Amino acid sequence: MAWYIAKRLFYAALILLGVSFITYLLLFLIPADPARQIAGRSATPEVVANIRHQLGLDLPFYEQYLRYLWQLLHGDLGRSYVQRSQVSDLMAARIGPTLQLMAAGIGFELLIGISLGLVAAIKRNSGLDRALMAFSFIGVSSPHFIAAMLALYFFAVKLGWFPLGGYGGIEHLLLPAITLGVLGSGWYSRMVRSSMIEVLHQDFIRTARAKGLTRVRVLLRHVLPNAIIPVIPMIGIDIGIFMSGLVVVESVFGWPGLGQLAWQAIQQVDIPIIVGVTTLSAVAIVLGNLVADLAVLLVDPRIDVKNS
Amino acid sequence: MHKVLKGFALTAMAVAISGAVQAQETPKPGGEVIVTYQNDVATLDPAIGYDWQNWSMIKSLFDGLMDYEPGTTNLVPDLAERYEISDDGMTYTFHLREGVTFHNGREMTAADVKYSLERTINPQTQSPGAGFFSSIVGFDAVSSGDATTLSGVTTPDDYTVEITLSAPDATFLHLMALNFASVVPKEAVEEWGRDFGKHPVGTGAFKLDDWALGQRLTFVKNEDYYRDGIPYIDQIDFEIGQEPNVALLRLQRGEVDIAGDGIPPAQFLQSRQDPEFQKLMVIGDQLHTGYMTLNVTIPPLDNLKVRQAINMAINKERIVRVINGRAAPTNQPLPPAMPGYDSDYEGLSYDVEQARALLEEAGYGDGFETELYVMNTDPQPRIAQAIQQDLSQIGVQAEIKSLAQANVIAAGGEQSQAPMIWSGGMAWIADFPDPSNFWGPILGCEGAVPGGWNWAWYCNEELDARAEEANAMVEPDQREERARIWGEIFTTAMDDAPWVPIFNEKRFTVHSARMGGDDALYVDPVHVPVNYDYIWVK
Repeated sequence: MAWYIAKRLFYAALILLGVSFITYLLLFLIPADPARQIAGRSATPEVVANIRHQLGLDLPFYEQYLRYLWQLLHGDLGRSYVQRSQVSDLMAARIGPTLQLMAAGIGFELLIGISLGLVAAIKRNSGLDRALMAFSFIGVSSPHFIAAMLALYFFAVKLGWFPLGGYGGIEHLLLPAITLGVLGSGWYSRMVRSSMIEVLHQDFIRTARAKGLTRVRVLLRHVLPNAIIPVIPMIGIDIGIFMSGLVVVESVFGWPGLGQLAWQAIQQVDIPIIVGVTTLSAVAIVLGNLVADLAVLLVDPRIDVKNS
Repeated sequence: MHKVLKGFALTAMAVAISGAVQAQETPKPGGEVIVTYQNDVATLDPAIGYDWQNWSMIKSLFDGLMDYEPGTTNLVPDLAERYEISDDGMTYTFHLREGVTFHNGREMTAADVKYSLERTINPQTQSPGAGFFSSIVGFDAVSSGDATTLSGVTTPDDYTVEITLSAPDATFLHLMALNFASVVPKEAVEEWGRDFGKHPVGTGAFKLDDWALGQRLTFVKNEDYYRDGIPYIDQIDFEIGQEPNVALLRLQRGEVDIAGDGIPPAQFLQSRQDPEFQKLMVIGDQLHTGYMTLNVTIPPLDNLKVRQAINMAINKERIVRVINGRAAPTNQPLPPAMPGYDSDYEGLSYDVEQARALLEEAGYGDGFETELYVMNTDPQPRIAQAIQQDLSQIGVQAEIKSLAQANVIAAGGEQSQAPMIWSGGMAWIADFPDPSNFWGPILGCEGAVPGGWNWAWYCNEELDARAEEANAMVEPDQREERARIWGEIFTTAMDDAPWVPIFNEKRFTVHSARMGGDDALYVDPVHVPVNYDYIWVK
């Protein structure tokens, strides 16, 4: 087990190195010139050259990248070109709200996805089943920006149930979290539905029913725990997809998270922030997958890592 | 000095008269105001902040030697009580107000003025405004890092600053009103280092009380501000991260007082026709011109007749309609609010027949293919499409290159790269209300260098020499003559047609019904976007 975790961690480090290299390379190739951006339009060529030197932008690519990695290992993500503050400070101020919204959003995804999948599997091939699956399909294919604006318009402007965006208590959290939950729940509901149907056809379910257990007890005690196993690694994979939605939803709802920070940085070509947020997202995805894989082991002892 | 005193007297009279007529319009102290923005406030360091969002915030936290009358472009002394200019126009002597204190309680003195200028120019500060001060003696030594003190700035006593220039510069007082010349206390800058922008300490009407990164900034009234009774408002909360559409909805509900980002293009028509909304909307001019550059070094645009034909082929009225009337068509580089604007100038007016004839004369009767660079955010690509359609009327096939802002700027800075660039979203809003700011960087030879902003690569040395002469006219009684010369420089440049001047953008600010104060304060031409010091709550 320890060996398995060590191996996974080693791969994780390799993936992160690769991600940071690719991000850094892509941003290096962008024709925008950060030194000129900082120097402003009144600058003389000497001033631009001076700033370029101070930032180390006159070094060859590999030296810049190694320098970045070295600083990263010391926990230094550099300073934003636009805001001039430490990237780590800017990210630290926003990580709390993002984790909050992520936890609530993924919570709603699971709640909505599993319940819908459960109902659809029990009522399979009925009108209700088709309606629910159509709903999940619409959710998955809706653009986040439009869906978030519509949610805000109906539930906050027209009905007045929620505040109009912003950050604060639970009332601010609910609407963006439910929006994210509805939009992302489709994957889960379809997956739960098909895996439920598969389990429902197993012999041990018929045995359980035959020995007189109630339908509800069979569903909750025997079907669901077996059907839910493929959902757990799915959460790990979903973190990446979820983050892309988070960027948009945070911007619409005025949620002061990392997504909003990334959105702004991309518009302003603020490279240190873009690299920082990308690296952090990669860490989150890699860790999420690792945790999900380990959680599966706990839920289902039949999986054997020694031979995998 | 007399002029200034007269100005004050007139203002006082105007205030007295309007006060008598409309007693309910007297400013009322107190109240808290909520302002929203979408993007983070980048920095409040006056040496660094250079966007329209933090520009007036910094002006409210800091002061410089000079400022402008609220809502106008008229220069007045600020931290300087008065000033004298030597006869040769090379030496400016500023006499400082006594008893002005920084937010940390220490008195502001001449040494702080000197230090602040040196800090902005010092390359370690990486200030985007350093280049403005190149006319001060000793600039080069500080700028290159060889010295840290400006030899051209001396402080005979605690309340006197003498600044010597290497050449007479009629715009120098404007430069002293730029944010980059704001006075900062050395001890606070040294305490916070590069994070001074998050912990600003100035002498301004407001001080920063709290900054929750990415969420909110709170400005509170500076009780010790040297102008009595200013500011009127006790507190301003800037809420950050608000989507502009959402901010407008909240404003209509009364949850927000000023929607800092204005009206998003998609909402504009609907908002403008709504009578309820019209009462909340203030329309103002800005020192802005939207233009298309024609690179005079790339064939066939190196042919004057071709450039004239392109000028005459473009239907500016239609382009203004494309952006829902958020601008007024124009025919010259200077915006109407700028001294030197020539209201009689006719320029190259829209005439497709004439344009075709000119192309024929130039030998391009069958037209040609070219490229039009444009920034890729709405409404700029739509404007480029309108230009493209107009050009196809005379047989010119322009391919649109729609790129991110930084990439278009980079393309413009390379001589052989971009034949035509639509300036929207990038250039040019004046840094200060003087025509010279519309010349050097964007039409003068100094800007026609790699990485420069003269994307037409137009360099007319004769006009540059006249510009230099105009800038040496520092006497107050030469002001009108100087403006006239500047106006001529721009219209003469248009004889060479390096640009297609298209429109002057207007500004729209939306504020809640409870906000008081002259409309001009909400579209202040210098304290962009809003002059927070003088607005008040009804």
